[in-house]
Amino acid sequence: MPFIPHTEHDTQQMLDAIGAKNIEQLFDEIPEALRSRGLDNIPPGLNELEVTRLIKQRAARDQPLICFAGAGAYEHHIPAAVWELTTRGEFYTAYTPYQAEASQGTLQLLYEYQTMMSSLMGMDLSNASLYDGASALAEAVLMAIRANRKSKSRRVLIPTTVHPDYRRVVKNIVNNQGIELVELDYCTECGQVMVDSLAQYEQSDYAALVIPQPNFFGNLEQVDQLTDWAHDHKMLVIGVVNPMAMAVIAPPGEWGEQGADIACGEGQPLGIPLSWGGPFYGFIACKQKQVRQMPGRIIGRTVDRDGNRGFVLTLQAREQHIRRSKATSNICTNQGLMVTASTIYMSLMGAEGVERTAMHSHTNTKALLEQLTAIEGVKRRFSAAYFHEVVIQLNQPAAPVLEKLAKAGYLGGFSLATDYAELGDALVVCVTETKSDEEINQFAHAFAQALR
Amino acid sequence: MLIFEQSQADRFNKAQQPGEAIALSDIPSEFRRQQRVALPGVSELQSVRHYTRLSQKNFSIDTHFYPLGSCTMKYNPRACNTLAMHSNFLGQHPLTPASNGQGFLQCIYELQEILKEATGMRSVSMQPMAGAQGEFAGVAMIRAYHDARGDTARSEILCPDAAHGTNPATATMCGYKVREIPTGDDGDVDLEALRAVVGPQTAGIMLTNPSTLGVFDRNIKEIADLVHQAGGLLYYDGANLNAILGKVKPGDMGFDVIHINLHKTFSTPHGGGGPGSGPVGVSERLLPFIPVPMAAKTDDEYHWLTEKECPQSIGRLSANMGNSGIMLRAYIYARMLGREGLERVADYATLNANYLMVKLMEAGFEVALPGRRATHEFIVTLKKLTRETGVTAMDVAKRLLDYGYHAPTTYFPLIVPECLLIEPTETESKEEIDGFIAALCAVKQEAYDDPEKVKSAPHTLPVKRLDDVRAARELDLRWTGEESLIKSG
Repeated sequence: MPFIPHTEHDTQQMLDAIGAKNIEQLFDEIPEALRSRGLDNIPPGLNELEVTRLIKQRAARDQPLICFAGAGAYEHHIPAAVWELTTRGEFYTAYTPYQAEASQGTLQLLYEYQTMMSSLMGMDLSNASLYDGASALAEAVLMAIRANRKSKSRRVLIPTTVHPDYRRVVKNIVNNQGIELVELDYCTECGQVMVDSLAQYEQSDYAALVIPQPNFFGNLEQVDQLTDWAHDHKMLVIGVVNPMAMAVIAPPGEWGEQGADIACGEGQPLGIPLSWGGPFYGFIACKQKQVRQMPGRIIGRTVDRDGNRGFVLTLQAREQHIRRSKATSNICTNQGLMVTASTIYMSLMGAEGVERTAMHSHTNTKALLEQLTAIEGVKRRFSAAYFHEVVIQLNQPAAPVLEKLAKAGYLGGFSLATDYAELGDALVVCVTETKSDEEINQFAHAFAQALR
Repeated sequence: MLIFEQSQADRFNKAQQPGEAIALSDIPSEFRRQQRVALPGVSELQSVRHYTRLSQKNFSIDTHFYPLGSCTMKYNPRACNTLAMHSNFLGQHPLTPASNGQGFLQCIYELQEILKEATGMRSVSMQPMAGAQGEFAGVAMIRAYHDARGDTARSEILCPDAAHGTNPATATMCGYKVREIPTGDDGDVDLEALRAVVGPQTAGIMLTNPSTLGVFDRNIKEIADLVHQAGGLLYYDGANLNAILGKVKPGDMGFDVIHINLHKTFSTPHGGGGPGSGPVGVSERLLPFIPVPMAAKTDDEYHWLTEKECPQSIGRLSANMGNSGIMLRAYIYARMLGREGLERVADYATLNANYLMVKLMEAGFEVALPGRRATHEFIVTLKKLTRETGVTAMDVAKRLLDYGYHAPTTYFPLIVPECLLIEPTETESKEEIDGFIAALCAVKQEAYDDPEKVKSAPHTLPVKRLDDVRAARELDLRWTGEESLIKSG
């Protein structure tokens, strides 16, 4: 049997030691009426050669399209060493580092991750990861409501420029606790939230304001003004940001007079493959004074009996295995292996590498925008500054254009028709550092063909 | 050494630069970062060597026996990783149209079907990204079910006192009050106590069967009837599904909703703490509420079901389809084992646990429930050893590390004093288990002969016993370049 090492002799010896006639007898406490009769609808087993053939056939049907889409998942170059190291058995098959002395590799790596991520966000500290960007935003909202002592409100302001699926996930998670999300409109000319449109919210009590950077359209929000406005009205500020953008764009810790209170988002751009949307990882970072409201695992530095440094899971009294129904969250497993990859990624790239990746992503997007807007029937939709995604307006519905592009081998972007009907036939496109000038030219050419 | 201690400000890894630095003149300066991010400046070799060496400071399944109760640390077949990392899977953006992903969608659809058969549930969604998120989805569906019937007075979720901490924490996240039910002396849920608390305020009960005490609750049918008669629903925590694969199905026990930990029963990696995957299965009455997106098949075409087709769904819990790459690994594992292999999982997991339990009893260890069969795991209590020597379960756990064995789960469940929860899994050989028994016996002897040696363990690992209290009191959660009073290691 696959992966079961017992010889007949072993099995017999073990049964003799137990005093059982056969293995079946070991299940004699299960009431007979409940016993099932096998797993007939599951196919018979395959050996490794056969399963390799099967999976390769399936994979061969799925040639990836050339990617000019973002919308929450971004294709970046990943150094070969990242996954070579991450899939070493010592990382890949280790458990959660509860036995600290036997887990110093994972624990030190996570401490290094917390250092890198908090620096990237300009925040005091980071936890050791959450599930993904959307659920991290949900945890940030719950955290802000716990942490904001000046507000009694269970309402949070969230602009519609936040990823539509993030808003859905947050609602699906927090609505069970009676928390209300109040959506803020954006300016349909510039594609960002306007501070002077917020006066109508000044008379009511809200626990927090969510600010995306860049927003779902790829535009840069006026984070300084928004942050100061929220703080002036006793709200906490939650930044939901693209970590790659933060290499060159002001991170939440630098926003406004005091900086944002919580930063969160999707860690995927830092070394994680697109992989049909998962596994990715969520990150969350905050100011020192909020550390006890932080959900999820946190690693701390300490000393051993001899005074040598070592690393442990700390502040576990916040967590479900200690506090049970009074924990800060029900989260247990996080995305440790993904953070392993991301930490190695950041160390291989260095500050210079992530900055240049961000710069080239931006200038490639700018180059594509110039080419696309030169096509008749294509206009730029918004006036705000952007990072590496941009919204274009078409003179015809976007869905058929995307279908034609797919036939030509391209994933041409994300149609805004369903989530932002007010924008008409609009599309958000993305270019990262992975595309050469020639590939950008070819895509622009295919785009022009698809519009005909 | 930390990676930061090897860093030079002006050193960078040329091979990974996408090109020259470019001025971002069209992004106004107010939007730009002021202080440069403090990532390490190291060469590629420095980084590779550093993280390779760090990995060598870990215990893992690939290097050590890992009898961690309730965690199912079985062998993670390498083929599952290699095949799931095929470039045509890794390169797929989540917005890729289903027509360009028929191979992947077929795998996910078939995995859903396999999990339906293994659990006896009506439908399975792969959306939740971990066990605790699966629990959340399950309890949110229970709430949606009651709400849809206008039955809104139900405010309580029942949990046994031996339950995983995630159960009560999840009930709270779903806005419920938690009421604990005591466990009887025989290890089964105390039916009288249950009768006393179940009522019109009961939204549901969360149970693991086999329980966290390592026994199969023989009264499961009576529990199901009691809760159902009161109008509540039954939630099955799939943490211990490995013990009953092919033997008994949660659907047949009367459960309305379940989650499965793919990183336990279906052998996907634990990865130093994730990613997990916590698919949920539902009975007929919860079908309308199942989370989306999930894979579906019409004629010979595979596609995604979304909120559009499932308007009563509790919706999505992730921005995408859940932890897709983990699902692929579980699918490959299930196809390799097949129906006969999956049934053998429970057989040999149970054989190994019962053998280990009997041998430890022979060696003078006290088990928590000596009159009961072990399932895939069982509990040893060291309260006598602690009383006689001062050596605690934690000390024994740390000393086992010196013998080259990862410690069993300690101090869980909370209701058994000085306990070790031991789960050997089906993939360990008799020789490995015998070696572990010998090590535990040796540690017990040491506790009487030289208790200080056990209390100060471990002695042979990269660090000695670490000071948890100091870590929590003098918080140091990121490197700032100052060594303070801590000696460099």
